[in-house]
Amino acid sequence: MSKNKMQVQTQSLPKSPTGIKGLDEITGGGLPKGRPTLVCGNAGCGKTLLAMEFLVRGAIEFNEPGVFMAFEETENELTTNVASLGFNLEDLTEKKMILIEHVHIERSEIEEAGEYDLEGLLIRINFAIDSIGAKRVVLDTIESLFGGLPNVLILRAELRRLFRFLKEKGVTVIITGERGDEMLTRQGLEEYVSDCVIVLDHRVTEQASTRRLRIVKYRGSSHGTNEYPFLIDETGFSVLPITSVGLTHTVSTERISSGIPRLDTMLSGKGYFRGSSILASGTAGTGKSSLAAHLTFAACKRKERVLYFALEESPSQIIRNMRSIGINQEQWVKSGLLRFHSNRPTFIGLESYLTMIHKAILDFKPEVVIVDPISSFIVGANEFEAKSMIMRLVDFLKMNNITGFFTALTGVGSEMEGLKVNVSSLIDTWLLLRDIEIGGERNRGLYILKSRGMAHSNQIREFILTDHGVELRDVYVGPDGVLTGSARTAKEAVEDSEKLLRKQEIERKQLALERKRKALDYKIKELQDEFEAESLEALKAISIDTELSKNFLQLQRDQAVSRKADTDQKHTSLK
Amino acid sequence: MKTTKGKAAISNHRDNPAIPNEEWILRLYVAGQSPKSITAFQNLKTICEGQLNGRYTIEVIDLLINPQLGKDDQILAIPTLIRKFPEPVKKIIGDLSNTDRVLIGLDLLPRF
Repeated sequence: MSKNKMQVQTQSLPKSPTGIKGLDEITGGGLPKGRPTLVCGNAGCGKTLLAMEFLVRGAIEFNEPGVFMAFEETENELTTNVASLGFNLEDLTEKKMILIEHVHIERSEIEEAGEYDLEGLLIRINFAIDSIGAKRVVLDTIESLFGGLPNVLILRAELRRLFRFLKEKGVTVIITGERGDEMLTRQGLEEYVSDCVIVLDHRVTEQASTRRLRIVKYRGSSHGTNEYPFLIDETGFSVLPITSVGLTHTVSTERISSGIPRLDTMLSGKGYFRGSSILASGTAGTGKSSLAAHLTFAACKRKERVLYFALEESPSQIIRNMRSIGINQEQWVKSGLLRFHSNRPTFIGLESYLTMIHKAILDFKPEVVIVDPISSFIVGANEFEAKSMIMRLVDFLKMNNITGFFTALTGVGSEMEGLKVNVSSLIDTWLLLRDIEIGGERNRGLYILKSRGMAHSNQIREFILTDHGVELRDVYVGPDGVLTGSARTAKEAVEDSEKLLRKQEIERKQLALERKRKALDYKIKELQDEFEAESLEALKAISIDTELSKNFLQLQRDQAVSRKADTDQKHTSLK
Repeated sequence: MKTTKGKAAISNHRDNPAIPNEEWILRLYVAGQSPKSITAFQNLKTICEGQLNGRYTIEVIDLLINPQLGKDDQILAIPTLIRKFPEPVKKIIGDLSNTDRVLIGLDLLPRF
């Protein structure tokens, strides 16, 4: 409840915050201050608890003392009943923050002899209010007067006087009333209370009980008009508008291994975030529980505690099944690191199941909680409640920095995201397991639909269950699409042989090239040799020719000398 | 709180088993001097004088003066008459103008 919100509301109509989770949100700040509010509903729908929590929260959170006039239960009964919700009434009574007064009325003990009024009741309420300075009053349930006092005319006149008196007193009042057939309440109490009327409902649909709350009227204020589901657990009453879940938890940046190295790699190499919520969804037999088993194993190995809520299987069955993929969970059960809780939520109802989960978690203090499968919460048409419940569970786990791993069974043939209750917004990491049917085979594929806060792989991996756990393999992605299983193996074999052939071809070509080069080299050498031989001969011939011409000149000169010939101009110049 | 002690009177009903031999303790709850309260007290005195041979005590409790006393006897209606003794405790509401009903309520007349 934010303070700003309250101030805004104060300007229009003063309101008295209830402190009840969700109720202040849908009433826009609480019940009308200084006026009576009627809370009506069938037996066992939680009227008394709502009223009591209004007083207790008022006393603890808003420092407003409250008076509880109990027409049906004694002080002791009430104290015991609400102790299960964690309210310590004895303590509050001692501190004079709460005053419980039992008003006993029994028709058979009363003889009516003449005129009377209810001044006695008014005096008692007035005295109770004044003795602790109460700002809040609960009358639970004033209809008992109709059973105890024979004269209805007097009673109705006196009730009108009572409500006028309470308004003058300026106290905020909750009046509870039993739901009537035609009217909101059996005795038409709504006729006296015109400011705010809240109807509670407890119905059973398809064997699952759900509680709902609706604000029928709220004079002078806007209010949520839907039927809101509400839960009663050990933290008290809570109405569930989606927005009321507190988003105030701090998150961890620590990463924990999923137990499958390859999956860790896909999750940017480190695995899940601690305290995050992980959902593994898929059709039957896609290996959701095996993923859970791996996480269990990894956590237990780190000496962390794991609480495993098995909604469909018995612990021994899970242990046996997981042994077949090489995961021995029994050792951890024996050493106390792993605890199983097996029962169906439909057996005890969603609320009680949530309460049970809370208790178990608070008791065992696990680091990892596994709910397998979360889709079991959904029975019949209670999707909204189931979502609310899952949301509360996720929220509770996050507040306590507990990693939550949920599996969800999706229908065959439905959309991949076709989880009946759309909880995707609550989930941090969503692993999707799919059947891939190719070539008369059914194989498993895994991919990460989303993973907040990390750069995760976008690839499909083939998911193989072996006797030493889950293995993730690259799938074959080719022109024919994704191939898995033996189709992948066959395709890989074809590719391998093609590769080999190509390799051989290359080698052959390289060899040929080499040979060619060698031949070329040889030829070059031959030509060179030839050239060298030829040039040698030519040089020889040249030198011989030179020698011969020298000899010829000499001969001429010698002849000229001998013939005493005159020196020809031409020849002289030759000298 | 004011207490009215009944005068010892000669009994005309010695043979009636409903008439007590021990002293009765009656408590009348009122709120101030309202007409109904005054009527109730007068009616009660008349009935007691006629029926109880003076063996009775009437305590009148004004809740406007002692509001804390309303809780113990579980008072809702005003006026309320409580027969504290003899046991069992009986409770009669109203201004006691219907004498027959008062007598029935006090077990002084058999129920019919």
